[in-house]
Amino acid sequence: MKIAVIVFPGSNCDHDAYSVLKGIRRMEVNFVWHKATDLNRYEAILIPGGFSYGDYLRAGSIAKFSPIMTSVIDKAKRGYPVLGICNGFQVLVESGLLPGALITNRNLKFLSRPVSLVTRTTDSVFTRNLNKGEKLVMPIAHRQGNFTADEETLKEIRDDDRIVFTYGSELGGNPNGSVLNIAGILNKERNVLGMMPHPERAADPLLGSTDGLKIFESLAGNS
Amino acid sequence: MKAEIYVTYKQGILDPEGNAVKKALNSIGFDAVGSVRFGKFIEMEFVDVDRAAAEKLAEEACRKLLANQNTETYRFEIVD
Repeated sequence: MKIAVIVFPGSNCDHDAYSVLKGIRRMEVNFVWHKATDLNRYEAILIPGGFSYGDYLRAGSIAKFSPIMTSVIDKAKRGYPVLGICNGFQVLVESGLLPGALITNRNLKFLSRPVSLVTRTTDSVFTRNLNKGEKLVMPIAHRQGNFTADEETLKEIRDDDRIVFTYGSELGGNPNGSVLNIAGILNKERNVLGMMPHPERAADPLLGSTDGLKIFESLAGNS
Repeated sequence: MKAEIYVTYKQGILDPEGNAVKKALNSIGFDAVGSVRFGKFIEMEFVDVDRAAAEKLAEEACRKLLANQNTETYRFEIVD
């Protein structure tokens, strides 16, 4: 699987993601600068964490107008997997590929620490290797990760089984005030995943957890 | 000609900054402060446009970029 890691000015988890993906069997990874417009040769897209455009105005709001985003949206509409992590999730929400919004954390703090996640659905290319209810540990690092949406949207994503990860009760529970403890959601077609926690920072025993690898192995189609 | 634009969270959306400032105000004696809403104030200057065009541009800028309509609401005034 050829996967593109999109690089915006201010992306800072792009190299982490690249390095992890490079180690995944059957993955071929390249950086793609945000000024590019062609993603034809890629079968999956990763939008990494960071502070694209300094998070000015609202996190992710300016990145959505980068030239590459037209191609990312096109790829997403054609069913290719798109994974947005942290700032990538914010970009996907601002682009309209995912519903809701990510607002400032309940306690107004930038939070950088491990959290506990519960896998809520295995019905996606990102989580097919996981078990329903499986607990994962990986870090968060954000100030605007407090997911919110109107009642109608929440009902829809709940009824459609599109909540992928929720914050578990361990390690301090819901860190940011997200409604329904939401840490990651899918689009209606189930090929776009946005998540605040960082699987690429939980992909080496040295970092304390390798749970993040399960997501990348799922995506690559490795058992 | 310029637009003075105000963007705030919609009613019903939790406003963590507003809440924190409200508590701070209450704690230093401003007991009459019942709620505080935070937002953004944006001044946008136009070149060579009339009032009608300025209104249209401000409206479009708010919709496309300045406000996230999932969570925010906006209003603006065009001033000379």
